Amino acid sequence: MIPVAFDYVRPSTVDEAVAALAADEDAKVLAGGQSLLPVLRLRLAAPTVLVDLGAVPGLTGVRLDGGDLVVGAMTTHAEVAADPLVREYAPLLAVAAGTVGDRQVRHRGTLGGSLAHADPAADLPAVAAALDAVYEVQGPSGRRTIPAADFAVDLFTTALAPDEVVVGVRVPAAAGWATHYEKFHRTAQAWAIVGVAVAVQRSNGTIGEARVALTNMGPVPHRARDVEAALAGAPATADAVAAACSSVAVGTDPVDDLSASADYRRELARVLTTRAVCRALGV
Amino acid sequence: MTSTIEPQVGAARKRKEDARLITGRTRWTDNIALPGMLHLAILRSPHASARIASIDVSAAKRRPGVVDVFSGADVRDIQGSLPCAWPVTEDIVHPVRPPLADGYVRHHGEAVAVVVARDRSAAIDALEDIEVEYEPLAPVLDLRAAYEDTGLVHPDKGTNKSYTWVFDSADAGTGSSVSDAAAEVTINRQYVQQRLIPAFMEPRSVVVDPGMGEYTIWSATQIPHILRVFYALLTGVPEHKIRVIAPDVGGGFGGKLQVTPEEMIAFLAAQRVGKPVKYTETRSDTMLSAHHGRDQLQDITLTATRDGTLTGIHVKLIANMGAYLGLVGPGVPILGAFMYNAIYKVPAYRFECVGVFTNTTITDAYRGAGRPEATYAIERAMDELAVELGMDPIELRRKNWIKAEEFPYTTVCGLVYDSGDYDAATDKALELFGYAELRAEQERRRASGDPVQLGLGVSTYTEMCGLAPSRILGALRYAAGGWESASVRVLPTGKVEVVTGTSPHGQGHVTAWSQIVADELGVAFEDVEVLHGDTRTSHKGLDTYGSRSLAVGGVALVEACRKVRDKARVIAAHMLECSPDDLEFTGGAFRVRGTPDAARTVADAAFAVFAAHDLPDGVEASLDADATFDPQTFSFPHGTHLCATEVDTETGHVRIRSYVAVDDVGRVVNPLIVEGQVHGGVAQGIAQALHEEAVYDAGGTLLTGSFVEYTIPSAADLPTIVSDRTETPATSNPLGVKGVGEAGAIAATPAVVNAIVDALRPYGVNDVPMPCTPERVWRAVKRGGVA
Repeated sequence: MIPVAFDYVRPSTVDEAVAALAADEDAKVLAGGQSLLPVLRLRLAAPTVLVDLGAVPGLTGVRLDGGDLVVGAMTTHAEVAADPLVREYAPLLAVAAGTVGDRQVRHRGTLGGSLAHADPAADLPAVAAALDAVYEVQGPSGRRTIPAADFAVDLFTTALAPDEVVVGVRVPAAAGWATHYEKFHRTAQAWAIVGVAVAVQRSNGTIGEARVALTNMGPVPHRARDVEAALAGAPATADAVAAACSSVAVGTDPVDDLSASADYRRELARVLTTRAVCRALGV
Repeated sequence: MTSTIEPQVGAARKRKEDARLITGRTRWTDNIALPGMLHLAILRSPHASARIASIDVSAAKRRPGVVDVFSGADVRDIQGSLPCAWPVTEDIVHPVRPPLADGYVRHHGEAVAVVVARDRSAAIDALEDIEVEYEPLAPVLDLRAAYEDTGLVHPDKGTNKSYTWVFDSADAGTGSSVSDAAAEVTINRQYVQQRLIPAFMEPRSVVVDPGMGEYTIWSATQIPHILRVFYALLTGVPEHKIRVIAPDVGGGFGGKLQVTPEEMIAFLAAQRVGKPVKYTETRSDTMLSAHHGRDQLQDITLTATRDGTLTGIHVKLIANMGAYLGLVGPGVPILGAFMYNAIYKVPAYRFECVGVFTNTTITDAYRGAGRPEATYAIERAMDELAVELGMDPIELRRKNWIKAEEFPYTTVCGLVYDSGDYDAATDKALELFGYAELRAEQERRRASGDPVQLGLGVSTYTEMCGLAPSRILGALRYAAGGWESASVRVLPTGKVEVVTGTSPHGQGHVTAWSQIVADELGVAFEDVEVLHGDTRTSHKGLDTYGSRSLAVGGVALVEACRKVRDKARVIAAHMLECSPDDLEFTGGAFRVRGTPDAARTVADAAFAVFAAHDLPDGVEASLDADATFDPQTFSFPHGTHLCATEVDTETGHVRIRSYVAVDDVGRVVNPLIVEGQVHGGVAQGIAQALHEEAVYDAGGTLLTGSFVEYTIPSAADLPTIVSDRTETPATSNPLGVKGVGEAGAIAATPAVVNAIVDALRPYGVNDVPMPCTPERVWRAVKRGGVA
């Protein structure tokens, strides 16, 4: 289809972008467009103006800042997946970014765009939650930060004000964690039916700290804190992991839709979380 | 002058047409821009069933750029009814199908109103200003409920049943009665052939230029010739004032074997405004309104003796027609009727099919058209019989199939299979597959309780191709014939132009036809041009579907070439001052027997004809010929496909571990093209087994309206396909070819599902409904029985 006609602006600073958003309540940020353009073409949304962040300098790339890894919001999934710093200090993010969409989507779609879109089936919001990421956002009154845990508030709905943009994602640099992203989907290009993001520390056959977050098990990413607590201190064995992960679906609220029913998703979450932790631990 | 040319038939020539098709530097219908051309947008019904209380197009008409807006009521007297060319029974119920709904809508997506505007955006924007008041009616969606006439799609018809078509071998005199069949063992199973949506790469598009009463129509269609006839019949415009062009067309799979509402709507719009118009659908339009495929409920009963000898097959089918009858829709299950007995010797067979209306998009031909459905049911049921008897599924098949020395073999349907060697194909496939090793691994996994189980599936298929002998089509009440035509003209410089009545849309006819001509006339492959898809240059043809192009059109081409060669021989003899009988055609030239250096080529003859200074008496100054070939029988490709699946019993995930396809398509003109057809067909067959299904919700809204919900596999989802061939030439045509367009799609689906079920036998599973999504597989494991 052809979208409803809209205006298009291409600001050269974040301030200009914020001003453009503030000037029109039906404005929408274009940050790669891999979700937005299909929505426009299907006429499911009709923003009056698209504010393209593609020409704003300083929104791409990865750097270390103190103990944090900072990824620019407009860094593409392909860049995130291949970046040596990300691979060293947040390997979970690199691995998960490499599973987003298909090759073309990964070269157009951006980290900030995916996070701000807050699709419950998207892979990276759960990863950000598991990594205790903090989103750096900018609005008319300057910059502020929002913890990943507080960012998504509902389906496609975030704590971001309409005139704010995500400029970067700050992740505590954590070398040496064992990580895995387990994505279960019907076809290679399909969204996750369930995804499991896992990061664990291991010492001498015992699990140290553990982080577990689930994709598509509710309207927002689900951080499985009970499982994390059960894993911490448990022996790094398949049986112990299975026992610790058995209740991962408790408290989740997955949808029933064409790709899977809710009860199947709950069962998948249990099996896949167990497998993801085992895979990360190599057991 | 002499020339020696390498044989082209059998060579893996790269396809001549690929450079332009792959780069897109060619003419697709949507590329066409004519001066003053206007654009169409179509408003479609959001309801599965409703009365249209009113339509107000006035606001839409006032919008900028809008030239015309009209609905069914505005063209009531001239729009007519879309055709069904295959009314399979005398008393078939055939409801009127107006291109634009008039009074009622009967499926989600039915065309309701049309905007004609100066650009596409303006046309689409104006759709929002058309006010339609619908009075929704209760839709008839469930196929079994429709069969029971619980609610009516067309109340004036008093029934949802369009037709009942029966074949009984006892009545036909081709076998005995299933009621008399020895039944020491009986297997009765129900299978659902889910609804599929053909996913051709190029969306459908049509341009109509009304000229000065001489209509030129470009359409992304498989059937330019058939379309022209129907344009003439439906519009009243004389046939010779209509030219239909199918430029390069990006795939069809049967999905473009249709006379569509959009083609007629574009014609009506062009007529109304007197200017060229274009309509190009979006993918969402394709999903809603292009015809769907499959959608049948199958009930199959096999009877056999304890030693595994088949004694009877009884099939009862309910076939979903959708809301109306498509061009060949009613005939699709009838094509399958002749294939349930597959490659097996069975003395008794009965087939009953009821075509039923529902408030859904029409169904019609989709790759294989009836034959994949039949093959699926028999090949699944053979596995069930093997389990019942405790036999290896391949040994059960081997016990029942026709042996190489028994050809020609008249089947229980009365078809004469001319050739085949099922043992050879199966033995080759088993060897490539490593059957024994895989069975051993399966045992190990079962014994260790591995959560990932291994399953092996087989499908030994045949199909009837080369559609079709005209007299048989007539007996089956099909409106047209099944012949094909070709013209060959040799130009003065020895280059050759071929005009074919086939209409390639990805098959590679330009390449294959060039190879045939090169060998028949002794010219270079590069020196042959193939013209197609334009009723002005190719005035006669029946187009491309049903694996017919090579087996029928290719044979017409050979016959035309041989007429040309016969004439060239007379001219060559005159030039060499010998008798035509003294010449042999060898090494690309006519040579005097015993004096091979005395030779003349077809090119020599062509120039002699062009100059015409010294032609033999009575020989016309032309070197060209036409031929029309009407096959006397179908062709019967066959093969054995083997699939190994790893089934994760904890998640339901299915991974195809290995896939072997050994096909016997008769003589091979181009192995590269054959391999491509096999790979693509297997991919589509796997897609039906694992991925694809069109789904309507309880209100009749299509839920799978885009590729997000309708999950077609990509290369990343498919296995490495090991393909090989055996070659048993067809004896029914001079090329020895059988056809390959549908084989993979027919063979793969049962092979994959048989493998999944085989993996899960220890869990008590004897079926998983298609598509075997992870959740369905998981549920089958969980339930431990029929899913």
